[in-house]
Amino acid sequence: MIINNVPMKGLTSEEYEKAIKISWKPQLQYAWDNGIGIGKYLASLKEGMILAAYCQKCGRIMLPARAFCEMCWRPTDRYVTVKDTGVVNTYAICHINWDASRLKPDEPRHIPAVIEIDGASQGQGILHILGNVEPSNVKIGMKVKAVWKPAAERTGSITDIRFFEPY
Amino acid sequence: MKERVAIVGIGVTGFFSVSPSLSFKELTYTAAVKAYEDAGLHPKDIDSFITASEDFMEGYSIFDEYVPDQMGAVMRPVQTVTADFLQALGIGWMMINTGRFRIIAVESHSKASNVKTLDEVKAFALDPVYIRPLKENSDFLAGLEMNRFLTETGNTEEQCAHVVVKNKANALKNPHAAHAAKLTVDDVLSSNPISHPLKELDAAKAADGAVMVVLASEKEAKALCKKPIWICGISWFSGQGNPWSRTFAYADYAQLAAQKAYKMAGISNPIKDLDFAEISDEYSYKELQHLESIGVARKGEAGFLTQSGATLADGIFPVNISGGLIGVGNTFEAAAGIMVYDAVMQLRHEAGMRQIPNACRGLVQSWRGVPTATGAVAILSNE
Repeated sequence: MIINNVPMKGLTSEEYEKAIKISWKPQLQYAWDNGIGIGKYLASLKEGMILAAYCQKCGRIMLPARAFCEMCWRPTDRYVTVKDTGVVNTYAICHINWDASRLKPDEPRHIPAVIEIDGASQGQGILHILGNVEPSNVKIGMKVKAVWKPAAERTGSITDIRFFEPY
Repeated sequence: MKERVAIVGIGVTGFFSVSPSLSFKELTYTAAVKAYEDAGLHPKDIDSFITASEDFMEGYSIFDEYVPDQMGAVMRPVQTVTADFLQALGIGWMMINTGRFRIIAVESHSKASNVKTLDEVKAFALDPVYIRPLKENSDFLAGLEMNRFLTETGNTEEQCAHVVVKNKANALKNPHAAHAAKLTVDDVLSSNPISHPLKELDAAKAADGAVMVVLASEKEAKALCKKPIWICGISWFSGQGNPWSRTFAYADYAQLAAQKAYKMAGISNPIKDLDFAEISDEYSYKELQHLESIGVARKGEAGFLTQSGATLADGIFPVNISGGLIGVGNTFEAAAGIMVYDAVMQLRHEAGMRQIPNACRGLVQSWRGVPTATGAVAILSNE
């Protein structure tokens, strides 16, 4: 069997341009139902509050709010408002955008972080962005506070909190 | 001798055109709580968990990361299976057969109402080189299969309409059904053409809902459960995948899966040995084609059987007492779950208004939908 005809190399850019190709742009759109737990959490954000759920069996105050305790396998007992302050559990300094393009040297770096919210049980953090802080000044364990959008601009989204800043 | 495997718990949510009051996690949680309660178990008693799901339907890639909470499976072994519910059930059955697992939970759900471009998702399943560039709605594959099937077997559009009338009427007695209706054959025949000979009412409409089954080994099942429902045979096949070279007159995947499941269950004459069947009717003609493929009807006779009333709930061989996908709703990966639920209720003699007398053994058959030639068959028995 002769396999010499199979080119064991990639195409050059020129060859690729000439090659016959098939392309398809999928139109995939979704609108996920929030249901009870997520629905209440987002509605609270719109009101400028962070909502947790309390399970009286394990005693956890869980974030984000949820309809059932996945550890105790029972409905949560009530929803409780927690503070909008917390402590940085961990963070990353992003030098690239969502689409992996590089940030220009003078553009501010994004600092996503896990924030352990005051009033929630240990380990019950939320993911958000840090702001008003130089990346070099961010520390694990740093105390931060939510900076909210004005009430009229809030839509019931996690971005109703603009970012968390040191206080 | 290998231990047998039984269904020892089952739960469903009910099925709806839309379900905005519950997230997919809350929907599944509802079915899971019912299934565990039915089995008298706590999720900690489950050895391993399976979800049948398809990322494109969920709107998440790597969807398996999003399933443990609502199954009670946090920090437990979980897998998703990108396949039909009945295939997932078969995987659970095999896991117990290894002897390494005693109890397995199998879940599937649909939030089809959340997929805003459902036809685009279906189109994405079409071959990108040989089919998609034609730019036809994927229902055209059902239209051309139906056309050849009817022409070659002599079944008629009117007989297909009888399937729709029967299944939607059966669904009137099913409190879980989303698309029950009292229709006439003329209503179906005069409904909007989709892809001739396929008409609007020939196609099952989508629904949301969740189902969970708890499987157990024979020893566990007998200890746990007064009415274990045994899986006596289960099999799935993929037939000729390319729609341009299929045998449209019958469904090869269904024929192969049925033959194997019959052999496992010791069934030689399906009509005599089985009391009822739940058959994939995603399109009306599919019920007829599947019935002929699995040997319940001879070639060209499924339509006549249907028209004569033989497959009504009080007929000699009831088919889709649940209402099928046409009556209950098409829940995609979860579709066979609805059928398994109804079969289990029949075999436990707990089907209420839908109960047929002396149900002992039933068949559930699934199809993965357009454009596939993949499907499964399971034989369930109460003895």
